[in-house]
Amino acid sequence: MSQLKLPDVNPLTMDNRDRIITDLKKICPGEAVISHDREMAAFESDGLTAYKQMPLVVVLPENVDQVSRILKYCHDNDVRVVPRGAGTSLSGGALPLQDGVLLGMGKFNKILDIDYDNRCVVAEPGVTNLGISHAVDDHGFYYAPDPSSQIACSIGGNIAENSGGVHSLKYGLTTNNVLGLEVVLITGEVVEIGGKHMEAEGYDLLGLMTGSEGLLGVVTKVTVRILRKPETARALLVGFSSSENAGQCVADVISSGIIAAGMEMMDKYAIHAAEDFVHAGYPLDVEALLIVELDGPEVEVDYLIEKVSAIAKANKAVSVVASTSEEERLNFWAGRKAAFPAVGRISPDYYCMDGTIPRHQLPKVLSRMAEMSRHYDLRVANVFHAGDGNMHPLILYDANVPGQLEKTEEFGAEILKLCVEVGGVLTGEHGVGVEKRDLMPVMFSEVDLEHQQRVKCAFDAKGLLNPGKVFPQLYNCAEMGRMHISGGKLPFPDIPRF
Amino acid sequence: MVDKNKTTFKPANEAQVVEAVQWALSSETAMDLSGSGSKRDIGNLMETGCGLDFSDLTGISLYEPEELVMAAGAGSLLGDIEKELTSKGQAFAFEPPNFSHLFGLETQGTLGGMVASGFAGPRRIQAGGVRDHVLGVRAVSGRAEVFKTGGRVMKNVTGYDLPKILTGSWGTLAAMTQITFKVLPKPETEATLALIGLDDETAMKAMSAGLGAPVDVSAAAHVPGTRTLLRLEGLVPSVSARMESLKTLLAPFGEIDVLGRDMSLDVWSKVRDVRLLGTDDKTRENAIWRLSVPPAQGAKVLAEIKAAINVNAFFDWGGGLIWLEVLNEDNACAATIRSAVATSGGHATLIRATEALRAGSAVFQPQSTVLTLLSERLKGSFDPKGILNPGRMYEQVKR
Repeated sequence: MSQLKLPDVNPLTMDNRDRIITDLKKICPGEAVISHDREMAAFESDGLTAYKQMPLVVVLPENVDQVSRILKYCHDNDVRVVPRGAGTSLSGGALPLQDGVLLGMGKFNKILDIDYDNRCVVAEPGVTNLGISHAVDDHGFYYAPDPSSQIACSIGGNIAENSGGVHSLKYGLTTNNVLGLEVVLITGEVVEIGGKHMEAEGYDLLGLMTGSEGLLGVVTKVTVRILRKPETARALLVGFSSSENAGQCVADVISSGIIAAGMEMMDKYAIHAAEDFVHAGYPLDVEALLIVELDGPEVEVDYLIEKVSAIAKANKAVSVVASTSEEERLNFWAGRKAAFPAVGRISPDYYCMDGTIPRHQLPKVLSRMAEMSRHYDLRVANVFHAGDGNMHPLILYDANVPGQLEKTEEFGAEILKLCVEVGGVLTGEHGVGVEKRDLMPVMFSEVDLEHQQRVKCAFDAKGLLNPGKVFPQLYNCAEMGRMHISGGKLPFPDIPRF
Repeated sequence: MVDKNKTTFKPANEAQVVEAVQWALSSETAMDLSGSGSKRDIGNLMETGCGLDFSDLTGISLYEPEELVMAAGAGSLLGDIEKELTSKGQAFAFEPPNFSHLFGLETQGTLGGMVASGFAGPRRIQAGGVRDHVLGVRAVSGRAEVFKTGGRVMKNVTGYDLPKILTGSWGTLAAMTQITFKVLPKPETEATLALIGLDDETAMKAMSAGLGAPVDVSAAAHVPGTRTLLRLEGLVPSVSARMESLKTLLAPFGEIDVLGRDMSLDVWSKVRDVRLLGTDDKTRENAIWRLSVPPAQGAKVLAEIKAAINVNAFFDWGGGLIWLEVLNEDNACAATIRSAVATSGGHATLIRATEALRAGSAVFQPQSTVLTLLSERLKGSFDPKGILNPGRMYEQVKR
């Protein structure tokens, strides 16, 4: 396990563990409280398996009232809480704390209302992302954001992380598709935000909650909008002899006014790994491969396929294949969707990064990354949501070789610093969690971070919800809230004249 | 009441904004933030001691059409920004409304005002709202500190999404100086299907059918007693193919008329800018409400209101947005309207009313106690002394 500084353990909580377990069992009777190491082991890690930590105790509530009472109890007794959905986070957002109650939301697994007239679904947070689309599939609808883990990840977790997917340029991230939330605050208070209408009133708490990584509240109900499935979709598979040409092709597609449903790029290494794994028919003699998906009415899709093909050829594409059947389209995607496991097959371990860059910086970033790869002597494969600039470099390593994980993390941090340096950000869709927490000062000044941290204080003044995530250090809310006053009075500057 | 003689700072750069806020903070003087004044008459009345005018913080600092991104000073005029976007075939996808007609003003507003008020037009139902297009913000908080949040890329989950909380916060949290936002290509063409003479309830059903069909309706409005409108946008062959499908789908609802590009543009600009309600000399004094409700409940909400009072109204957002014109009396019928909205879920905002009326009635939807306190703490975290637009959104949040 890699070294990671988690908040200092509260000894009082540890001393009171037995009493806390007993009290939680009063709130959630039966099998809902798990306290034996053997059973808790299933919760010691999330999708970021490099980090493991046994929680204080696991609680699996089944209704809002229980969530509210658990949180109020923890608030009154100064006990930390780590909320967890399906545990697929790639940034360690659900990594337990030794002195923290792990609040598993898996029992909240019901779809409560399917409302086609208002084009929305009301679901409990433990329902899987794909579960929502499946529930409305018969009527020709779907839920648009489609993270790769959609078969397993929960909609509550999607809210916490503001999950994206391959279609986000056209259809948005989670935050663009949420209409309402029921949230329990750390005090146990239940708040309703938004509903089935557009634009919740007041401050945009929906927008704030989405992507807040479990630090502001626990989501117990979600209302998302559903869309009618497009009439048809086709994909283009385009090979290039350089990533510059592929990048320029993407820029030209967008400047011509076309917003593709998806635009994915893979580098040579990823192409070969994927092709060896699923035999999707990818060209192996190219440096970059682009999958462009177009959806809508047939006449539009056919027209755009021609237009994008022409743009690709103008950018020196060496191969251009358009899908002519649904089977072929899915086959094009099969390689991309299997890219991570395909890379996993050729390396004992891999580490997936998630920076976003302004798209025109791609050639620069790729070439710098190749230099770093040589420097660290670690191979890297690249898959890239080219439409929106979100990169997923996969660093290949072997955790059994002493020092390789540390070297990999160092390499990963270098990549993310580079993303920020060229005008991008640390994370496009996986979240900060514990993984990128210590890199936050690369992107934000102390003052920037304080403004974020004070928002946390407005929700959770005691800092009990998921501490140790997102922010590089724990702040004291009373300290943070104070104005910088000298001698009991604010300085009184002269009235500005300009 | 607004004191016309009070000091107004007109900073030319961010450092001067800091200086002005520092002074306000030290002297505990509340500030009234403004751009070009296009929305100065919206919101609860404030008592402020000085003004902070952003109209000199102008200029586009970044525009990369192929990356769909622009950044500009908060005081930039929307007209100037739209001109630049149009030259590259792009636009704000959410169709920001121009309320100049509604308020009898000349100005369309500034970028900062657009973001601070957060109003989106007809395409909201398809393309999202203002909040969905703001990527990054630089601002000066009520602590007189410059902070940045978000970025310039489309996909970013680094830290809390503060650009969203600043959007629609009416200048009560921070003074935005620079805003980075997503832009999108303008559709090549558009056409509108009009159903003639549907009653409100049937119109909701027709719009719902259209919005639930795979034809990508980009706007749906209903003007009681006249027409129900559904707009299609995109490439020429695509719009004609989808129009055929939509006509077939909606034929059972009654007589259909198709508006070509120019007529379509014209009618949707009227819907967007609320030019269908009280703007002549006789009705200028009438109050205007904006209600956001679940779209399928739109007709029911209006029926409940109409049972109690006389109103003029029309629907946008497939029934989910109701614009109401009522007589300027009895608190602009607030009790009736808020009660109808409470039943359906949603909220009502008093957009236009006399100062006397705004002084006596909450402009925004009152919130639950828990949310009120949360909003108050949030405001306090950015602006502990309550010097930025205090009370403009919520009376309780004034401190």
